[in-house]
Amino acid sequence: MVSEIQLDDGQLEAILNDLVEVYGYDFTDYSRASIKRRIQRLISVDKPPSFAEFRFRLKTNQEYFNRFVEQITVNVTEMFRDVSFYQTLRKDILPVLSTWPLIRIWHAGCSTGEEVYSMAILLQEANLLSKSLLYATDINPSVLEKVREGIFPMNQMKQYSENYILSGGRKDFSSYYTAHYDSAKFDEQLGKRIILATHNLVSDRSFNEFQLILCRNVMIYFDKELQERALELFDDSLEALGYLALGAKETLKFSSVSLKYKQIENKERIWRKMK
Amino acid sequence: MSNKRSILVIGGSAGSLTKVLQLLPYFKKEMELAIVIVFHRKDTDDTTLVDVLSKRTEWKVKEAEEKEVIRPGVIYIAPTDYHLLIEKDLTLSLDYSEKINYCRPSIDATFESAADAVGESLVGLLLSGANEDGTKGLKAIKKCGGLVVVQDPATAEVSFMPRRAIENVPVDLILQENRSEELISLLINHSREML
Repeated sequence: MVSEIQLDDGQLEAILNDLVEVYGYDFTDYSRASIKRRIQRLISVDKPPSFAEFRFRLKTNQEYFNRFVEQITVNVTEMFRDVSFYQTLRKDILPVLSTWPLIRIWHAGCSTGEEVYSMAILLQEANLLSKSLLYATDINPSVLEKVREGIFPMNQMKQYSENYILSGGRKDFSSYYTAHYDSAKFDEQLGKRIILATHNLVSDRSFNEFQLILCRNVMIYFDKELQERALELFDDSLEALGYLALGAKETLKFSSVSLKYKQIENKERIWRKMK
Repeated sequence: MSNKRSILVIGGSAGSLTKVLQLLPYFKKEMELAIVIVFHRKDTDDTTLVDVLSKRTEWKVKEAEEKEVIRPGVIYIAPTDYHLLIEKDLTLSLDYSEKINYCRPSIDATFESAADAVGESLVGLLLSGANEDGTKGLKAIKKCGGLVVVQDPATAEVSFMPRRAIENVPVDLILQENRSEELISLLINHSREML
């Protein structure tokens, strides 16, 4: 057996620079430990004969680049993940949002869409879906295709159903999807208010104003400066008195925008823009 | 390697908490060392574990926070349901990617990133458990010149994890029951060599 290529730091930088030059994708401000692991993992799976060939293929083959982006971005997500977070959305946030004539929500780094569909369900149950727009964006175009389909693996449904109930759901969760062999296709009504677009938090700008922005477990992959830039982008994209929701271990605390924000009372990772 | 700071990374699964509680009183304040612990555990209240460990040591014990700088005299616990990685600038970062060896946090993920970031001044300690997590990580530590310590499988509550490691990695010390001071002298000597 040929021993696997071990990516060194110089090679990592070379690849990251290629991606900027050739494709305009800038991962240079991502946390190194994580991105190195992801690329090493791709190398373990694809087993290129040499680093040089791996690099050449990545530079010259658009399809392989697409695969690269798919593989190194993390697409692990769940419906109604963090039950208390969804309870808070249901009880404290949606009632406030309901006072706006049109509710605009941005799921930044939406991945395969589990969170977007969870939100659509919450909105539907609060009779707000028809006056809401859910913008779902991701750097990786192939996951957006999955969001469009609204199809999730059937073997996850038991867990999601439990999460849904714990987060305050009262309905039969299975009423939201149709089972077809090993997949669950979600009600098309839920997908109708979802708008999909590729968006790169590193390089793209604000494109609208929202009352709620969710970006959970995305910025953990960024270094501090990029986190800061992303938070400024969210700040630019949030209406006054709008909300910013981060992942369970993420915080606004040390950022420059923090002075404008106030964390909600129950200490969920949701901040309200006060000015 | 540029990072001469000594770090002890500890990985433990089933039956490892007792061992950690036993070891903690041996760590004295004056040691120039930081400790990062990865436990396999249920997604329950994170603060309880910090409290339990704090009672046994004069060191500060805390849950590892995103982008926090690792400091000597502090024990960092990996939060539940995230992998904990160590960066070259000795900050901690969290990662919510796929489970590894059915685990998140995975001991391998932390050990491997620590080996890459810290190099030869790293010491890895693998404790009791029923999983094969940790062996790959110890290999990486060994490869980058760090030291590898494994709890004696004969006295570990669950022997699979440490035995698996010993079978696959050349070990610098097998940590036997009632011989905790051997780990401490190894750590002290090692950090002296690194100066």
